[in-house]
Amino acid sequence: MLGAVLLGFLFSLFLVFAGSYFRGKLAVLSSLIPLSLFVYFLTFIPEISSGEVIYESYEWIPSFGVNLSFTLDGLALLFALMITGVGSLVFLYTSAYLKDHKYLDRFYGYLSLFMAAMLGLVLSDNLMSLFIFWELTSISSFYLIGFNNDKADSRKSALVALGITGIGGLLLLGGAVLLGDVVGTYRISEMLSMRDAITDSSNYLLILLLIFGAAFTKSAQFPFHFWLPGAMKAPTPVSTYLHSATMVKAGVYLLFRMTPVLNGGDIWHTVLIVVGAITMIYSAVHIIFRTDLKGILAYSTISALGILVFLIGIGTQAALIAAAVFIVVHALYKASLFLITGIIDHETGTRDVTQLAGLRKVLLPVAIAGFIAALISGGVPPTLGFVGKDLIYESTLHFKNNAVLLTIIAISTNVLLFYAGFVAGVKPFMGKLPKKFEKLHLPSPLMWVPPLIMTIAGLVFGLFPSLIETTFAKPIAMTQAIAFEDFHLKLWHGFNTILGLSAITLVLGVVLYFTLKPSHALENKIAKLDFIAPEVLLLKLSEGFAVFSKYWTNFFQTGYLRHYISIVVAFLILLLGYLIFSDFSLETDFSTLADLTIYEISILLMLLMGVLYTVFTKSRLAAVAALGVVGLSFSLLFLFYSAPDLAMTQFSVDTLTVILFVLVLYKLPKYLNFSNKWLRMKHGVLSVSFGVLITLLILRVLKEPKNTEISEFYAENAYKLAHGKNVVNVILVDFRGIDTMIEISVLIVAALGVFGLLKLRLKTRDKK
Amino acid sequence: MRTIILKSASSYLLPVLLLFSVFILLRGHYLPGGGFVGGLVAAIAFVLDAFSNGLDKTKGILKFHPGFFMPVGLMIAFLSGISPMLLAGLPLMTGIWADNPIPVIGAIGSPLFFDIGVYLVVIGASLTIIFTISESV
Amino acid sequence: MEIILAIITGVLYASGIYMILRRSMVKLILGIILLGNGVNLLIFLLGRITKGQPPIIDSTEKALEGIYADPIPQALILTAIVISFGLQAFAIILVKRAYKVLKTDDLDQLNTTDEDS
Repeated sequence: MLGAVLLGFLFSLFLVFAGSYFRGKLAVLSSLIPLSLFVYFLTFIPEISSGEVIYESYEWIPSFGVNLSFTLDGLALLFALMITGVGSLVFLYTSAYLKDHKYLDRFYGYLSLFMAAMLGLVLSDNLMSLFIFWELTSISSFYLIGFNNDKADSRKSALVALGITGIGGLLLLGGAVLLGDVVGTYRISEMLSMRDAITDSSNYLLILLLIFGAAFTKSAQFPFHFWLPGAMKAPTPVSTYLHSATMVKAGVYLLFRMTPVLNGGDIWHTVLIVVGAITMIYSAVHIIFRTDLKGILAYSTISALGILVFLIGIGTQAALIAAAVFIVVHALYKASLFLITGIIDHETGTRDVTQLAGLRKVLLPVAIAGFIAALISGGVPPTLGFVGKDLIYESTLHFKNNAVLLTIIAISTNVLLFYAGFVAGVKPFMGKLPKKFEKLHLPSPLMWVPPLIMTIAGLVFGLFPSLIETTFAKPIAMTQAIAFEDFHLKLWHGFNTILGLSAITLVLGVVLYFTLKPSHALENKIAKLDFIAPEVLLLKLSEGFAVFSKYWTNFFQTGYLRHYISIVVAFLILLLGYLIFSDFSLETDFSTLADLTIYEISILLMLLMGVLYTVFTKSRLAAVAALGVVGLSFSLLFLFYSAPDLAMTQFSVDTLTVILFVLVLYKLPKYLNFSNKWLRMKHGVLSVSFGVLITLLILRVLKEPKNTEISEFYAENAYKLAHGKNVVNVILVDFRGIDTMIEISVLIVAALGVFGLLKLRLKTRDKK
Repeated sequence: MRTIILKSASSYLLPVLLLFSVFILLRGHYLPGGGFVGGLVAAIAFVLDAFSNGLDKTKGILKFHPGFFMPVGLMIAFLSGISPMLLAGLPLMTGIWADNPIPVIGAIGSPLFFDIGVYLVVIGASLTIIFTISESV
Repeated sequence: MEIILAIITGVLYASGIYMILRRSMVKLILGIILLGNGVNLLIFLLGRITKGQPPIIDSTEKALEGIYADPIPQALILTAIVISFGLQAFAIILVKRAYKVLKTDDLDQLNTTDEDS
């Protein structure tokens, strides 16, 4: 399985080098990659349907418990087949859709990167590797959505999508870490047996919130749904792949996967049902107001995702089976509808549903595919859509609370989805063909065969639901549901309530389709409400953030040295001040002052006067002289306090420094009185308080006992080991010789820097 | 600055100060002193000479650019650091010592050569800085 | 005794920071030097001060014994003094070059990266 995951990554890497060969006719061949993976995963069907679960594990970062563990059960297989199956068709379709595109190879690279990440995500048994693949899907989808990177709104939608899903990734990481902390492992298969420990833990609520956040952002649940319609700026194959079968389903997958781990009671059910229900009805209503085919499909996708979350929230075995079947149904019809939209867009140059009509006369196979897709989407028998819708009603009807309300919401959503399917799949092909479209002809079969394949699959699965039942539905129910009961998927259940509800849905859908026509007037009406849409609010928030960060940056990054230093010093004062005053008692030992000799007092006075004179004199030369006095006082001080080496060094360096200053100073400008009185006051207060703080800090530190271990080592061993009696010198040339070596290197660098600055002029500037 | 007193004094001062700096360098292992101070004193000696006799003359005494002291000193220090590895198979910077101390200087060992390296680097760096500046000001 | 040296260190820090906050480049360098001296004194103080007992082994002894000044801060400060000499020289020349090229000593006019500003 590792190989299967890596194949996509390797292929995209391969394209980096060999991409130019894949821009032309060879592009079709790249679909062999997902196709071979699809076949590979098909071979697992017999094992999986007999109830087996396959594990595979490779060590990655074992010290963190992060390993590449893969698991293949019914759920993973369902997603893997969808990813590779839809992937194959999308790869094929792309070769014709983006034929001769300048960056076709790049597109395939992103696409296979995305596919590999997605496969890794659904196969991961380790929460950490799942997180990494999750982030990889966000990143690769960023490139896919922003593929038309020369368009500003395309880049913007890509950024919005990355932002929203990136936040989700962060939440997922948080949830994963907390979860791992509770159970002591990141392996999901090991968590299964520890559900009680997780639901009883004090972090359970937090974990739940984080995981929900991750799933809701990825799967575009209200109020994070808006990145999905925005992502429609991407080329149609991307929309097809990301929104029908893969990217947005990742959140649903996560919830599905976590059901046996986290499903611990009312919170789980309530949150998922409420959010799912709001999402499904909110975006289903939105469909009415759209005229762009892709917009309609985007909102119906969000609505379908809402249904899935809603079903997982219900969480009964029937609901989980309904969700599993509906995932297949949705992938099949939504991918077809997207591809059909792509063909229409490609041929006519418009996606405006009010302008499209009668295309069946020129695009007959596409029209057939569209019609079947609409049937599946509307849940018309004998398609798989019908089976799926029946299962949904069955699970809502039998839920313990508010069954009627939930059923009504489900019916209304389905009616609107029926409408959406027919507007997108049937309406463009009906009626009279406008003159401007008469010269259209059918595009390459690479484009219209894929939707046809998928829709026919939807028909076949509908007629023989046992195909789905044995391969996915049963294995999924066995691993994900809490208590497994045997069941059978059937197209025909006999006359009962559910059949009645289905009939009502169909009738209402047909009525809606024939009475309500998409129009720009409606679209404009909803546009007026945009100012309270979550998207606009969030964008305003992000704009506000940008403005804020601009002010923030301008406040700190003025380019004036003294501002930076003032800020640093002020911050240090605050920090140190707090620390010192929260733990400080000013009891210093004044008795040592009695030992003070007249020599010390005069040295210190000299030092003090030198410092003050350096600061306050108006003459540069006087300042340099005063600085020399400071240096000399220092060397006397060192001499007095048992540091003869320091005294000598300080003395020599001081001499050289003064010479240096005197040499340069004549060429430097006189002091100018740049700053005003107020500023000097301000800086004075700042620096004096800093000085006071340093004094207090030293007094505080001096009260702590000193660690003399190292000094004692040197004192004892200087002669024994290093044959030297001047311990300071021994430390410098022997014990810490390498430090000294680096130090003299630094000195050389400084000397060379001086030499370079003065002797080597900037040649380019001189030439000018 | 070119007073006659300084000028005549400096011709004696330079060798005396240089000798003094070597003295400081060599006694460093036992008494206050060492490569850093020694190097600085030597640098001051040359600067003093340059002040009184002019930079060109001092450079004439040196025969080559003071910057050459730097790589030479660094090389000596480095070699003394790795000499225990090469000569005795000991770890880097282990001190190795001659068995018999030499009069005046005392024990001879790799740390002494290390200190000489430091001495040369300090002379080279200080003189490069000061000479460069006085030339271009 | 320590308390007076601590106060002196504080004075050095305060005057160093104050000088660095001036707009004149020369004052900036003077400030850096003062601050460097303050840091040296700080390190020296943290090793505790001892009068008249340098860390030099007596010619008749084989190890330092009794009361002696801590050699570690001294070794640290010794390198710091030499390094700060290099730093000062480099900073002075940098200022000189900047003045020559930009014809200003005002740090506030150095806040853009444009060559011709």
